[in-house]
Amino acid sequence: MRRIKELVIEKALLTSALITVAITAGIILVLSFEAFAFFREVSIVDFFTDTEWTPLFSNKHYGILPLLSGTLLTSFIAVAFAVPVGLSISIYISEYAPRSFRTSIKPALELLAAVPTVVYGFFALTVVTPFLQSFIPGLSGFNALSAGLVMGIMIIPFVSSLSEDALHAVPDSLREASFGMGSTKLQNAFRVMVPAASSGIVVSVILAISRAIGETMIVAIAAGQQPRLTLDPTVPVETITAYIVQVSLGDVQHGSLEYRTIFAAGITLFVFTFLLNTVSYRIRKKFQEKYE
Amino acid sequence: MNNIKKNRWKDQAFKFWGIFCTLLGLVLLAIFIGSIIVDGVQRIDWDFLTSLPSRKADRAGIYTALMGSVWVLVLTTIIALPVGIAAAIYLEEYAKKNRLSSLLEVNISNLAGVPSIIYGLLGLEIFVRIMQMGASVLAGSFTLALLILPIVIVSTREAIKAVPKSIRDASFALGASKWQTVSRQLLPASFGGILTGVILALSRAVGETAPLIVIGALTYVPFAPKSPMDEFSVLPIQIFNWISRPQHGFEVNAAAAIIILLLITFMMNGIAVYFRNKWQRKLK
Repeated sequence: MRRIKELVIEKALLTSALITVAITAGIILVLSFEAFAFFREVSIVDFFTDTEWTPLFSNKHYGILPLLSGTLLTSFIAVAFAVPVGLSISIYISEYAPRSFRTSIKPALELLAAVPTVVYGFFALTVVTPFLQSFIPGLSGFNALSAGLVMGIMIIPFVSSLSEDALHAVPDSLREASFGMGSTKLQNAFRVMVPAASSGIVVSVILAISRAIGETMIVAIAAGQQPRLTLDPTVPVETITAYIVQVSLGDVQHGSLEYRTIFAAGITLFVFTFLLNTVSYRIRKKFQEKYE
Repeated sequence: MNNIKKNRWKDQAFKFWGIFCTLLGLVLLAIFIGSIIVDGVQRIDWDFLTSLPSRKADRAGIYTALMGSVWVLVLTTIIALPVGIAAAIYLEEYAKKNRLSSLLEVNISNLAGVPSIIYGLLGLEIFVRIMQMGASVLAGSFTLALLILPIVIVSTREAIKAVPKSIRDASFALGASKWQTVSRQLLPASFGGILTGVILALSRAVGETAPLIVIGALTYVPFAPKSPMDEFSVLPIQIFNWISRPQHGFEVNAAAAIIILLLITFMMNGIAVYFRNKWQRKLK
């Protein structure tokens, strides 16, 4: 009797674990099913080469490039801001700051990631954009720059926390050897610690990029809703995620081509983040084996 | 000698740069919260919390959105909690090292990195269309439950992992079965850690906007939901709606609603940190 009970419980637990696989399968099936229906009507060549995205206008074009450029532009600004800052923070905390500082500052920094993104969007639109406008003449009310910078603030803890963990995991013997040779803390940090922790740092950067690409509300609020193939950070752009929000807010008929565009855009986004996440997972697995 | 001085100077310079970077994000956050409090705090009163939404900015309140958030939070917890904890127990205590368990590992790590808006597309197709729940509280809760499931699983696993092996050995030595060991020893011992993870996951769910917009949650609902099948809005969507309006009055409303949302998020984070510290001390 007890045997049977144990077996039933184990199977129930296994089923719960398998639900996570079902979620991934569900995402892939749903996205590819709707995207497949989309590509029966729109040629995949047009999708990747047309330079206009106007599914909601009467003159319809279905080129993903403007949405892709908007996504990459805002993400690039965010990552270009967050990586140097986040990395400096991680080096400061692990190599310079007193030990007690580490335990109190890390939760404080993680608060930056706990703030809801809609709140950051409001910040970008009502504080950062007017501030930037005061010394960048011609900066539009909606722009990639302000959205990207605020997104950068949000992803700082992703970079700093994971990089700091990686630096922290480097064996003390390396540090002692480097100091024994007479190096300063700075020389030790950049010539010994950072190279030794490089895989962990790369993982943190990849995860930050993936996070920036998938971020929605900040760009939907502050970057505008005008798909535009440009690398100019001062004009309104639209990201893949912001487009999905824009369509969802309107009244689009289920089963129409407009409805399917959000799945075609969604699968593009999913493929990007999936690749980034898989790469970072691989590196992380290898890295764990190195020091354990 | 000159070289040594130069290196010392560089070392000091980097130290100050590090302090500057560490404080940068926090100072910006403080400036922002300060400016929001200045904008919005005079708008918060009992009426603001209990009024229905309105076209007139000075009469609009957040009652329906707040109730929507509470409904979604409760249902999300009921759905995600048992599944998440069960999956974590399986992975930590039952799974053997084989291809299935490594597939589960990779998969959960990947799910944690899927953008939230993709969960919205999944929820739209599966719950809203195929299961015909419509844009209801239930559909929204299922969507958010899937979204926080990886977070619940990862944190629960860590909490269970932190329980010393001696407790398992002692339990088995007394003749307890696997499930008896899990349910009577491991779960009570890791309760604080699990609770921390769950609260953090829920604080993420409270702030989520995009997936709920995608499944069709309304930006304007005249009444608070009365059943899981009712249409709904949540606090972040109400804020988004007010931000997108041009009149200044709505910007003030948005700031006021943000103060409430931040209070809820920070409170949940605070409670989580409190439980974590208490539990970690107990474990030692």
